[in-house]
Amino acid sequence: MNCIIIDDDLTARVIIRQLCLNYPEITISEEFSNAIEAIKFLNRNEVDLIFLDIHMPDFTGFDFIETIKNPPKIILTTSDSNFAIQAFEFHCIIGYLVKPITQERFEKAYKKVSSSGVVKDSDEPTSSEKVEMNSGNDLYVNIDRRLIKIDIPSIYLIEAKGDYINVKTEAKNYIVHSTLKKIEEKLPSELFLKVHRSFIINTKKIIDIEDNSVLIKKDVIPVSRSNRPELIKRLNLL
Amino acid sequence: MEQPNMSYINSLSGGDKAFEEKLIAIFKMEFPEEKKIYLCNMENKNFEMASQNVHKLKHKISILGLEKSYRIAANFEKQLLQGDASLVKEFETILSIIDTYLKKL
Repeated sequence: MNCIIIDDDLTARVIIRQLCLNYPEITISEEFSNAIEAIKFLNRNEVDLIFLDIHMPDFTGFDFIETIKNPPKIILTTSDSNFAIQAFEFHCIIGYLVKPITQERFEKAYKKVSSSGVVKDSDEPTSSEKVEMNSGNDLYVNIDRRLIKIDIPSIYLIEAKGDYINVKTEAKNYIVHSTLKKIEEKLPSELFLKVHRSFIINTKKIIDIEDNSVLIKKDVIPVSRSNRPELIKRLNLL
Repeated sequence: MEQPNMSYINSLSGGDKAFEEKLIAIFKMEFPEEKKIYLCNMENKNFEMASQNVHKLKHKISILGLEKSYRIAANFEKQLLQGDASLVKEFETILSIIDTYLKKL
C-alpha cells in the first residue's frame, strides 16, 4: 500500500513512520511538510492512502481535500478532537486519529482502510464546538459540551479565524469551531452579509462605510470589491 | 507541577533505541526554535500567530506525557484567538519544565 504523510510537524511525521513499521504492506513513498507540495506530487503520482494533518498554516487539511481531484483514502491526524464532525462530511476520510497517536488507535484505524466505511477513532470528540441549530431568533453553538444560545440580532460581526469563527455580540464574543460558510447558512440573509472572505456583518449595525471598509462598533472591516455592490444595494441611500 | 516522561515514546519505540534517539534529537532541535518563535509573537502581541505556535508545541507537550499541561495549552491556544493571554504564566512554566527536561536527556 502506497502512502504519503502530510504534516507540518516533523515529530508527527516521524511518529507515523514508526507506527507504520508494524505493517510491512505499507510503503511511505513521500512525506510533506505542507499541503501544496503534496498536491504537486499527487498531480504526477497515485497513492492509496494519505495520513493528513488538519491544522497546518495557510492551507489546512480540509483545504487540501477540497483541492485534489479524486482523493484517495485519508486518515486524518490532528491534535484537536473537535474536527471529527467536519471530517465525516468527506467520504474519502476513513479514519480520525487524535495525537499523540497510540499503537492501538493506529491499528484500529488502519484495519478499516480495506473497507470503504467511515471509521471513528476511539477518541471521537465529546467536546465538539460547532454551530448547532437555528431556532427563530436564536442560534445555538456548542462550546465545551454546552449548547449556548446566542440572540441572532445581537450578533454584529463574525470573523473567520483559521479553523474557528469569532462570533461577536453586544454582550460577548464566542470562539466556535466552525466555518463562515456554515454559520452564513444559519443566519437570516436579510440581516447578514458576507462582505469579505473572512467577515460576515450585521448590516443593521453599520455605523459608516468608506470606499472599501465598513465601521461596525469599533471594528473596521474590509469590504471586497466583489461584495461591495451587494452591500450598497442593501442601504437605504438618500 | 507534573513532570515530563518517556512513557509514550517508549511505548511507540518498542525498545527501538534508534527511534527514541531520533525523536529526542528532533525535540531538542525543534523545541527551542518553536519556543523562540512563540515568545517573539507574544512579545509583539501577535496572539493569532502565537496561538498557532501553541498548537504546535501542544503536540510535544502531549508526547512528553504532560496531560494537565496539555489541557492548559489547549485552553491557552483557544484563548489567544480571543486576544486573551491570561494563561501565559502557566504555559511558559510548562515550556521551562520541558526545556530543563530536554537539557538533561
